Amino acid sequence: MAWKRFAGHKAALVCCAILGFLVLAVVLSPLTTRYGVNESVKAPPNSYLPPSKFAWLGTDDIGRDLYSRLIYGTRVSLLIGLFSAFISVFVGCVVGAVAGFRGGRFDDVIMRITDLFLAFPFLVALLVVRNMFGSIGWLTLIVGEASSLRFIIFLLSFFGWMGVARIVRGQVLALKEREFIEAARASGASRSYIIKRHLIPNSIGPIMVALTFSVVGAISGEATLSFFGYGPQPGAGATSLGLLVGQAKGAVQTGFWWIALFPCLVLVVISLCINFIGDALRDATDPRLDAGK
Amino acid sequence: MIRFALRRSAWAIPTLLLVTFLVYIALRMGTDPLASYMRSNPRATRSKIAQYKELNGLGSNYVTGYFGWLRNFITFNWPNSIKGSREVWPELKDAIANSARLGIAATTVGVAIGLTIGIFAALRPGGKRDVAVNTAAFVGISIPPYISAILLQLLFAVYWSKWFGNTLFPTSGVYPPGQDGFNLVLMIKHMALPTFVVAIQIIAVYSRYMRSSLLDVLNSDYMRTARSKGLSEFRILMKHGVRNALIPVITIAALDIGAIVGGLIITENIFDYPGTGKYFLSAFGNGDFPLLMPLMVIIVASVLLFNLLADISYAILDPRIRLE
Repeated sequence: MAWKRFAGHKAALVCCAILGFLVLAVVLSPLTTRYGVNESVKAPPNSYLPPSKFAWLGTDDIGRDLYSRLIYGTRVSLLIGLFSAFISVFVGCVVGAVAGFRGGRFDDVIMRITDLFLAFPFLVALLVVRNMFGSIGWLTLIVGEASSLRFIIFLLSFFGWMGVARIVRGQVLALKEREFIEAARASGASRSYIIKRHLIPNSIGPIMVALTFSVVGAISGEATLSFFGYGPQPGAGATSLGLLVGQAKGAVQTGFWWIALFPCLVLVVISLCINFIGDALRDATDPRLDAGK
Repeated sequence: MIRFALRRSAWAIPTLLLVTFLVYIALRMGTDPLASYMRSNPRATRSKIAQYKELNGLGSNYVTGYFGWLRNFITFNWPNSIKGSREVWPELKDAIANSARLGIAATTVGVAIGLTIGIFAALRPGGKRDVAVNTAAFVGISIPPYISAILLQLLFAVYWSKWFGNTLFPTSGVYPPGQDGFNLVLMIKHMALPTFVVAIQIIAVYSRYMRSSLLDVLNSDYMRTARSKGLSEFRILMKHGVRNALIPVITIAALDIGAIVGGLIITENIFDYPGTGKYFLSAFGNGDFPLLMPLMVIIVASVLLFNLLADISYAILDPRIRLE
């Protein structure tokens, strides 16, 4: 039923196809790219080449192939997005379900913190907390230095779980008074059993939707950080889309349009596709929405 | 009602203190104010350093340090910036004024357009217009402000002058270099692009809020009652529909200040606009504790203030809400 409705959403299917194509290009990356991340194009004057047969999407200031860099960048950004989305959703589910199910003081405190963080300017919080975590010795031992990929994933998950927790809490509050939960409780099911077996599976629709939006949030969060130079170190393994968009900033005033346009385009296409898929998922899994609306 | 407002406001003060305390700790750990002071002033005398520590509350203990900083902050005994030892308030004041101008312009334009579009979309759900609005809103949400800013800059800074031979919208600052005093036309021209960048997000978000909120209202019983009384369609829509649909939207609007400030930071930095966003990033990059703390206090205070306004406005607008 849900799948049928999802399949009826034409735009989402197109988006799935585009994303699938991108993921394929990323997974097969040494085959699909023409050069290494930091390798220069083999053409005599190779810096700032406009798109040509030597470099399909042009080259940057030191002659690296933009097309290959975009594929590697997409790989890094998708990795960051997926990992931190999964962590955020997991933590958000646990906290939200417990807060909604137990209620009381715990619920109040968690929701107050969540409200405050959600209202605070995201970028300011991200930067300040990034530097703070980066200066805590034992923490950097676990999650890596402030300029590592692992650290960025940790940081984005640290801010990502609150939105999910709020959604799951709302679901749990709505569900917990229903008869089947009462029946489960009456037959002696423990709290964690009810959460694991009844509440979470019954909220799987909104959780999936939250997951897709978390991926977008994490990708664009990382891009924002990288854009301002606070992202992962621009080494071989951490050339992300955000870093490429950040380079675009410098290229704009000089008129090297390909350096500005293509990374922006890829980032927008990815977030647009994931957003569309999330929206279609919401339509497909929300029983209150009927087709006419 | 007044008691409710007072009680909620009374809570804001301890929250402000707590949050600024957390910010103080985070900044002290994250930017290491003492080290950045030494970096900027390598030849500072010992007494200068002691004075800097004293004024900023940088003692070894975080709690007493915070209260030391707080005392100086409240008595307006603000330390100077670490770079060039400039006074903080004159610069901060200008930055806030510039940001507020940009923020208010973008919010006004964005909310007005967004609400109008949302109303039109909700009138015929599923219709062509609705689908178009929905798709456009999605595209708007999916384009982060730095990307629209870069693309607009590319278009206007490079290609417009190449194609048409003039500059329609300048892409940096509030005034061209060398301009003294107030000039409305120049200011509007300079602000057009940054305003548009911030407004795109607001339009996209609010058209969707308004659409879904109005759809909820349009399906409710009192709309049918209003119609059966024989009121005109326009009057029904405006007086009963839009007015009720605005209640949740206003609340969300007041809670959105954080998102708008975030958008401002990005936009200001790309367009080289001298607001708080540019101020924040340069101060943060320098680890300039004396510049950062007052700005953070203002950001935290405005977030709390708008949260409070959201609660109170919700209570005023929706008579169904009980105030315990």
